[in-house]
Amino acid sequence: MDFKFTPEQEALRKEFEEFFTGEEKNAPEDWVGGHEADYNTEQGWAYHRSVAGKLAKKGWLSLPWPGKYGGKEIGYVEQVIFNEGWSYHRVPGFNFQGLMILVPSLLEYGSEEVKAKWLPPIARAETEWCQGWTEPNAGSDLASLTTRAVADGNDYVINGQKIWTTGAQHATHIFLMARTDPNASRHAGLTYFLSEMDRPGITVRPLLMMDGTHVFNEVFFDNVRIPKEYIVGQVDRGWYVSMAGANFERSGSATVAGSKRDLEDLVQFCRETPRNGQALSRNPIVRHKLADLAIGLEAAGQLAYYCAWMQGKNALTIAEPSASKWFSTELWVRLSNTGLEVMGLYGTLKQGSKWAALKGKFQSMCQFSLGLTIAAGSTEIQKNLIAWVGLGLPRK
Amino acid sequence: MNLDLTEEQQMLKTAARGFFEKEFPKTLVRQMEEDPSGHSPGVWKKMADLGWIGLVIPEEYGGSGLAFLDLVILLEEMGRACLTGPFFSTAVLGALPILAAGTPELKKEFLPRIARGDMIVALALTEPSATYEAAGIAAKAVQDKSSYVINGTKLFIHDAHIADYLLCVARTRFWSKPEDGISLLLVDARSPGIKITPLLTIADDKQNEVIFENVVVPERYLVGELDQGWSVVQRLLEQAAVAKCAEMVGGADWVVEATVAYAKERVQYGRPIGSFGSIQHALAEMWTEVNMAKRLTYYAAWAVEQGLPCSMEVAMAKAMVNEAYKHSTRMAVQIHGAIGTTRDHDVGLYYRRARQAALLFGDTDFCREKVAQEMGL
Repeated sequence: MDFKFTPEQEALRKEFEEFFTGEEKNAPEDWVGGHEADYNTEQGWAYHRSVAGKLAKKGWLSLPWPGKYGGKEIGYVEQVIFNEGWSYHRVPGFNFQGLMILVPSLLEYGSEEVKAKWLPPIARAETEWCQGWTEPNAGSDLASLTTRAVADGNDYVINGQKIWTTGAQHATHIFLMARTDPNASRHAGLTYFLSEMDRPGITVRPLLMMDGTHVFNEVFFDNVRIPKEYIVGQVDRGWYVSMAGANFERSGSATVAGSKRDLEDLVQFCRETPRNGQALSRNPIVRHKLADLAIGLEAAGQLAYYCAWMQGKNALTIAEPSASKWFSTELWVRLSNTGLEVMGLYGTLKQGSKWAALKGKFQSMCQFSLGLTIAAGSTEIQKNLIAWVGLGLPRK
Repeated sequence: MNLDLTEEQQMLKTAARGFFEKEFPKTLVRQMEEDPSGHSPGVWKKMADLGWIGLVIPEEYGGSGLAFLDLVILLEEMGRACLTGPFFSTAVLGALPILAAGTPELKKEFLPRIARGDMIVALALTEPSATYEAAGIAAKAVQDKSSYVINGTKLFIHDAHIADYLLCVARTRFWSKPEDGISLLLVDARSPGIKITPLLTIADDKQNEVIFENVVVPERYLVGELDQGWSVVQRLLEQAAVAKCAEMVGGADWVVEATVAYAKERVQYGRPIGSFGSIQHALAEMWTEVNMAKRLTYYAAWAVEQGLPCSMEVAMAKAMVNEAYKHSTRMAVQIHGAIGTTRDHDVGLYYRRARQAALLFGDTDFCREKVAQEMGL
């Protein structure tokens, strides 16, 4: 075992680090970053688009792709290093849904025509993708989704509703799953479609988080016509198309790096803030709470690297990324709440007051972090996967 | 970055798994727990012949010349097997400081005998102060011509009752900072003035009280520089903490596997209990925590092997492993139900060991405080 980066990895890390350190300085005033914060405000979205353009110019949106599609074929460990870079520096610009969820399916199942049509604009940051999978009655039980797609001439006609669609208000495109064969068993009758967001019949409605941020949306499909050549993979095989890259996506390195940064801020706050006649950082209870968070983050970070390493050997099982996903997102919830409590009454103040601690980030995180233990397979689903697939426990 | 075991490590792991399954079954573990010595000389000799006692001792001193990560792989299997006996005391706590700080003469005298299985060493570090801090060392060694005279009480000393030599950590200079003025001395365990009294423990491991009363040690048995011993102890404590992590993680692996197997077998309400969500999630949590703990253990072990400053990494690993092992063994008993609480059931062997090991070389609070310091708190 050798935990040291290779000289090439170290050089990449430095290059990423330098870029994201620079971009962090261009953040709009009052920017606190955090998961998908770019969708919430116009300034945040402008910041995202500005960085996305620069990333595209550097060829960094397509780093892992095969050379024939303009990629540099970097490995999974290198992708983790990249994700840590933007996440730690709270720099947006990385269309997670498109790049981490859609692209692996395109690369593995898309026809050459499909790849040629869709990959280049993604690499050039001309498209912003949202993910149309979850429905009001198909959350954790995704395969029960009922949005219908019916063949009609050269098109499919889509009717139904998607929900919790991150960033749909800004997205130019959506990848969605719809039922093409209602008589097939649950997983068998689904098809994977791509669509522009401005097709007639698509309506987006905001769903505000409890802190008022606008990240999620409902997306309605009312007789939306999508050409057949917009299908990825085969008709009725969409479930399997969607599974490409799903393992690695869950390994959670970005969550961990972002949390590390939040913890560093919290440590700094505790060093600088007197409470009851001494710095908060001298309080043994505070020290142990923060140390425990740091230990969890290091463990989660190491597991994320392990997932990347195993994925690189094509030997990643379902259990490791599931473990990484539930542990790192639960840890973020704990970090948010611990931070709020350690700050005391100041922690509850929202951004805008001179009294607000760390720009009110932790009270916002306390609300926003809840989404992460639910999205992309809830904590319970991840534990089910570990139990059923990893440990081979019976489902009945 | 390369996170695979080497081919040699994989072979060592397989060989060790097979060896302990055959040579150290749970019947022998139980026998050794009841036996006052806790030591099986037959198995000890075979381990020596396999080159395992001297695994990290260089070949020039009769060892196998392997590295710390190899030792970690072997220790995992020992933890899995609940191996009793003086391996940890001798091969980790005894051999490593001699290797790190001993003179060439001392190495020549001790290391080949250790590697051959002819010498058992016990580390006499902790005292009634029950701490791994330098301030806890009160035993004194006073120079008298070309000898030292040791007085003091050492407590919680594993395997002292069967040791040939005791590696005693004593204060040789007084009125200075706690870390200054500590020295290490190899003491013949049969020296006049040594009184060893066995202690009974939760893990039925063999700990002792060791009283030194005017025990004379020749000067040449000093390990490392006079008064500079604490840095040797500190390095040893890091190695020992990671080595203990490896044993614990190996035990925790067994516990998760055995509990999963039981949950598939045990039928209640007409279905295996492993089909119930509450049991599945408990097992998924155990599996996750143990795997996290294992990643941190390997990371810390690598840092130790590379000789990097790693007190943070070691403390993180030990804290995580402590909690993961305690939690997984506690839940293992719960999932096994009443049978798991009995003396006869294997899961109790691990439950008891987890509670002992979590306190050795850094309990969780100690480790968290260390991490807090390293974080700049």
